[in-house]
Amino acid sequence: MKCSEFLQELTNYLDGVMDDRTKAELEGHLAWCHNCYVVCDTTKKTIEIYRDSQLYELPDDLRTRLRSAIVAKCQARKKNGPETT
Amino acid sequence: MGAIQPKIGEPVSDELALVQAAKSGDVSAFEDLVKRYDRNVFRIAQHITQNREDAEDVVQDAFLKAYSNLEQFQGQSKFYTWLVRIAVNEALMKLRRRRPERMVSLDEEVKTEEDSMPREVADWSPNPEQQYSQAELKDILGKTIQGLPPSFRTVFVLRDVEGLSTEETAEALELSVPAVKSRLLRARLQLRERLSRYFKKRESGDGKP
Repeated sequence: MKCSEFLQELTNYLDGVMDDRTKAELEGHLAWCHNCYVVCDTTKKTIEIYRDSQLYELPDDLRTRLRSAIVAKCQARKKNGPETT
Repeated sequence: MGAIQPKIGEPVSDELALVQAAKSGDVSAFEDLVKRYDRNVFRIAQHITQNREDAEDVVQDAFLKAYSNLEQFQGQSKFYTWLVRIAVNEALMKLRRRRPERMVSLDEEVKTEEDSMPREVADWSPNPEQQYSQAELKDILGKTIQGLPPSFRTVFVLRDVEGLSTEETAEALELSVPAVKSRLLRARLQLRERLSRYFKKRESGDGKP
């Protein structure tokens, strides 16, 4: 297996969606190709670091304000009947 | 090296009941749906628009549009997937309004200068999170993802941050499954490449212990 072939399968490999034979071939490649091992490992860390980052969390005060505004507008629409958008 | 573990979402068994109640005019049932998903919609909107005020508008507009169009939700997909589709469209409209000079489309195959072939293959330090303060780390992650084309970062955010399946992401973005996979691979590799510039192991011999 070439490195470019490994890369094409990287997303499926990280998502765990592949048959056992393809998985064994990829892991065979990883066992000797240090560069692909590093790329695979750091891609996994990239995903995890974004997933755990709490980037763009909605602050509680803003959350409450937005929710009140949404609910008030929904109440108004309910009263005035459906609006065509 | 194992596969990444998906985030476990909240159970959705009572969700259809909430949607039904909201359809028949129960605003407090709809409020429960807002509470359940407002954080997710805000994150998605902020990732796409890269602007806090726009993201706030998107949260409001998306939920109001969902409320007004609940009749059209047939329950063939999850409510969340349907809501994400509305939110993504609202966010893209904001982005187009703000950057009319640039074409913003999700279904166009984007070719970028740095494509999938990794150039930076240095390993990362074992705990990149500890190299930087929380604020510095957020700044790095924000700047890094901002540099990606909108179609890449949207797929990455839905799949990897919000934990939608490939099929749900395809449905929410009205893309084919292969298109989602191709964008996801390139988004992941480009983010990895850019983060490596910050997180790679420092060469020893610089005088530091």
